[in-house]
Amino acid sequence: MQEFLSMGGYGAYVWPSYIMSAVLLVALLAASLRGLKSTEAEFDRLKAANGRQKQEQETETTDGHEA
Amino acid sequence: MHRFANPTRFLRIAAAVQPWVMWVTIALFGAGLYMALFTAPADYQQGESVRIMYVHVPAAWMGMFCYAAMAVASAVALIWKHPLADVAAKATAPVGAAFTFLSLATGSLWGKPMWGTWWVWDARLTSMLILLFLYVGYMALQGAFDDRARGAKASAILALVGAVNLPIIKFSVDWWNTLHQPASVIKMGGPSIHASMLWPLLLLALAYKGYYIWVLLVRMREELTANKVRILRLKQVHGG
Repeated sequence: MQEFLSMGGYGAYVWPSYIMSAVLLVALLAASLRGLKSTEAEFDRLKAANGRQKQEQETETTDGHEA
Repeated sequence: MHRFANPTRFLRIAAAVQPWVMWVTIALFGAGLYMALFTAPADYQQGESVRIMYVHVPAAWMGMFCYAAMAVASAVALIWKHPLADVAAKATAPVGAAFTFLSLATGSLWGKPMWGTWWVWDARLTSMLILLFLYVGYMALQGAFDDRARGAKASAILALVGAVNLPIIKFSVDWWNTLHQPASVIKMGGPSIHASMLWPLLLLALAYKGYYIWVLLVRMREELTANKVRILRLKQVHGG
């Protein structure tokens, strides 16, 4: 275990390489997934609001009151 | 390609394919990392520091691959105005930039114990640094204009002009006197690297490619959905 961590003396170079790669790639993936989730939620919200707006417009009479 | 031109259809297909890409990528990383850290041997000259190769080389390959993909997508967008090409190019940029940065950083960490220096202005390292600048420039141009279409066009042109850097990177170790080692995997006569080292390298290279496709799908879905949001907003402003 000690040998594995020290990587034959090169541990200070090997481990930061792997950890930096993992952290950066996971962070990019996580940020992308979060962005997708929030945009999809926004779309669903707008779609629902748009649908309600259309419904209201269909039930409005010519002088602007709801039927 | 034309079957995927419809954004709604693409969104449906992308959502369906994404879990498969995720699992394959995770499996490749699992197998590749296990081999890279445990079963692959130490190098007779470089000792255990050679394990850096397994994260350095795939990152470098993907940094270049993503740029090529970005350039091709940009050409398709400019010439044929394929509706998804711009979206694909834009989605690729941050991933390619991350890979390129990682190849420089891990290369630095490898160079310090092996060459005795964190950096040297040789042809390979310098041209990879330029690649990183091209990515950053591409992303900056995208957001630089009020009119999004102009930003997309400007960055597409930058992507194409910068593509000349790719053969320069590839052949830099042959054309110039470089500190960076010459090609040992993709060259005439086949790879000169032993199977016990080649396998983890190829597995991780595939894992990095799978990762790119995974993030590409996510980012393209986000961009296309954001476009739909913009359209809905416009509709609401104009009273439906």
